[in-house]
Amino acid sequence: MFATAVIVFREVLEAALIIGILAAATRNVAGSRRWLVAGLLAGLCGSALVAASTDVIGAFADGIGQELFNAIVLAIAVLMLAWHNIWMSSHGAALARDAKAVGKAILEGRSACSALMLIVGIAVLREGSETVLFIYGIAASEGGGHGAMLFGGLCGVLAGSALGYTVYAGLLRLPLRWFFSATSVMVLLLAASMASQAAHFLIQADVITSWVAPLWDTSDVLSEKSVFGMVLHSLVGYDSHPAGMQLVFYVCALSLISLAMRYVSRLQPAQLKKN
Amino acid sequence: MKKWLWILCCLPVAGVAADEVYVLRIKDHRFIPAEVSIPAGVKVKLVLENQDSTPEEFDSHALNREKVVLGKGSSTIYLGPLSAGRYPFTGEFHADTAQGVVIAQ
Repeated sequence: MFATAVIVFREVLEAALIIGILAAATRNVAGSRRWLVAGLLAGLCGSALVAASTDVIGAFADGIGQELFNAIVLAIAVLMLAWHNIWMSSHGAALARDAKAVGKAILEGRSACSALMLIVGIAVLREGSETVLFIYGIAASEGGGHGAMLFGGLCGVLAGSALGYTVYAGLLRLPLRWFFSATSVMVLLLAASMASQAAHFLIQADVITSWVAPLWDTSDVLSEKSVFGMVLHSLVGYDSHPAGMQLVFYVCALSLISLAMRYVSRLQPAQLKKN
Repeated sequence: MKKWLWILCCLPVAGVAADEVYVLRIKDHRFIPAEVSIPAGVKVKLVLENQDSTPEEFDSHALNREKVVLGKGSSTIYLGPLSAGRYPFTGEFHADTAQGVVIAQ
């Protein structure tokens, strides 16, 4: 039962943290809650679909379909997170200052919200489909103890969601002048961490070279199996055995997105003067 | 700058090398064989064949790999090039019995 709780916790944690950070980051964007929930529901439906078609996806491209699917899904999430963060860096501060001044931005806000739905949907889909398969495996296996294992799974879901909520509540307590930089840094790190994971899948599929593998080994110091390691993996992309190429993807995503954010927020004062 | 160019040059090289194929079966929530010996310093292809009716996830932090294999299904994982050493792996869905190690030498 405990093992089941841990497995489900690990799968749920990442999606829960992403939702927690995004819910905090978009608390002033009109209608963002509805889009988050829609994304969550779409992700859950998608999980069941992906789990049901694992054999089809897996058999694709000579048995590496699973990796390609994950890498593509992650790449979409990185792009959406990047776009969301760039959008927030140009409108977020204004949204916080004065809701009326940005009536114009609401239309754009709607498209930023649909990106939000996509990110949440993808996060849930990726982690959810493995959970569905795992639970299905429990249900399909012979022998007793199903009830205890399903209860363990439920505990895992609750514990993961609780951590996601903690991050959300913690971010909301931050003073406003730190809030935007804190949430945008966290979203930025999420995007970089997903880029690194995408590289991981592409290496596993033998599409790109690992370059140097492992670049370092810190599994003795901080294992990804520990709760702290898991949280750090989800939040900032910590990996105890990263391949060199993962770091390259991480650093590239980090620098490209932050450069774009800086560029956009520098444009903004000039635009405001014109209005 | 030079370093980045060098990294870019390395990219197209991936996937060119011919791979040796190793088969790893899963039966009764155990890996057969539980020890897979592969040569160090080369890339190999590991084919997972799940003979159980339940899904399993091949998981190894040491190898930096994770992959789901459906019940009665098979999957492919590329490993290495690895330096000589022992790389434990588990079947995450049945971690108490499904354990093995890749030995690169």
